Amino acid sequence: MCLAVPMRVIEVRGDMGVAELWGVRREVGLHLLEDVEVGDYVLVHAGFAIEKVDPGEAERTLEMLSEIAGA
Amino acid sequence: MIGVPAARPSNRYIDAFRDGRVARRLADAIWELVGKGRFSFMEVCGTHTVSAFRSGLRSMLPDGLELRSGPGCPVCVTPNSYLDRAIALGRKGMTLATFGDMFRVPGSSSSLLKERAMGAKVHVVYSPLDALRLAEDSDGTVVFLAVGFETTAPAVAATVLEARSRNLHKVKFLVAHKLIPPAMRCLLEDPDVRIDGFMCPGHVSVVIGSEPYRPLARDYGVPCVITGFEPLDMLQGIYLLARQKAEGMAEVQIAYRRVVRPDGNTKARELMEEVFRVVDDEWRGLGPVPESGLRLREEFGEWDAETIPVEVEPAVEPSGCRCGDVLRGTCSPPECALFGRACTPEHPVGACMVSSEGACAAWYRYGR
Ligand code: SF4
Repeated sequence: MCLAVPMRVIEVRGDMGVAELWGVRREVGLHLLEDVEVGDYVLVHAGFAIEKVDPGEAERTLEMLSEIAGA
Repeated sequence: MIGVPAARPSNRYIDAFRDGRVARRLADAIWELVGKGRFSFMEVCGTHTVSAFRSGLRSMLPDGLELRSGPGCPVCVTPNSYLDRAIALGRKGMTLATFGDMFRVPGSSSSLLKERAMGAKVHVVYSPLDALRLAEDSDGTVVFLAVGFETTAPAVAATVLEARSRNLHKVKFLVAHKLIPPAMRCLLEDPDVRIDGFMCPGHVSVVIGSEPYRPLARDYGVPCVITGFEPLDMLQGIYLLARQKAEGMAEVQIAYRRVVRPDGNTKARELMEEVFRVVDDEWRGLGPVPESGLRLREEFGEWDAETIPVEVEPAVEPSGCRCGDVLRGTCSPPECALFGRACTPEHPVGACMVSSEGACAAWYRYGR
């Protein structure tokens, strides 16, 4: 039940927005975040964006993983 | 939740974390760290259990490393009395709005599925906001079944506030949200439970951050690694736990940094605090756990379905079902005598066989 997926925000209207993953669009509540912008990736759970995805951290993690994997 | 079209566009935050080549190398690194050691790591979250099976990751791990399921399945830990009350409200003619996971769970003598077949108004919804829409379109009362952990509670809090600002009184909330860190402490206090490390639930941690695990790591010397759900996330989590064991450490680490910040989501927690109060709560498997549940604050009494007078049947737990032990990690599903015989996903005896993230359901689907 704690399933959540990273979706790209394509529309923001006050507390509500529209986000997309794999060509599927959904209305999402933005009540739990500040300053969401079109183009941001957000983690969506039960119809609400619960956090923004941090692109820099994602790349740092991937780098670290390939380091472990390469060692 | 989402259908996958045949040729789907890529999403870096998913695809890059499913790289099979890196996964195999990480598994090798884990083998090296574990060596001849024997460790039991708990997947606190049911979504971890399912993901570990589905991705085939379990078969990549050394024999000495055991992954145990834990209490992190909201529907599974919700005692029958809750569902019985919901069913009683449905029988009074109220419309019930529920997450899909709860729909087929057996209560003491019925389930929402059976009740709907007998004429009750039960709607499966994806978001608590859908319950507001239902209430706006209906003449009667709509009761939303608010279960779930810290991941879900903020969404419900925002919905309760939304109901208040829309002056919508036809919607009520039957709240049984539960908090994960107190349940983890309860497990650590249990002499029957052996845990060498916790894979802490990634999406609960999005909200609460890493601080709440620190006292657990410190007081019980158990490493805690906040872990995501893609195969590389899970392997990273297991790798960091194994490395802590190898180095004799017991720290809190985040292996899911793209969404988990050390201080979590402050705004989400503020909404939770505004709407809910913390109570001692009852868990299937764990029994009563101090300060482990949420209920609506008094000022939201108008929206509280708990105050609706209704006669609820006395709760009975299914006999022979070891769901409680499964949730404590002291029984692996195949050890239950009913598993795969009297109890299957088509004819579930206990909640752990029904929920999409119930450990018994995961073992039945992937583990046999
Ligand atoms: S297999 Fe069925 S009866 Fe046994 S513990 Fe799991 S849910 Fe309960």
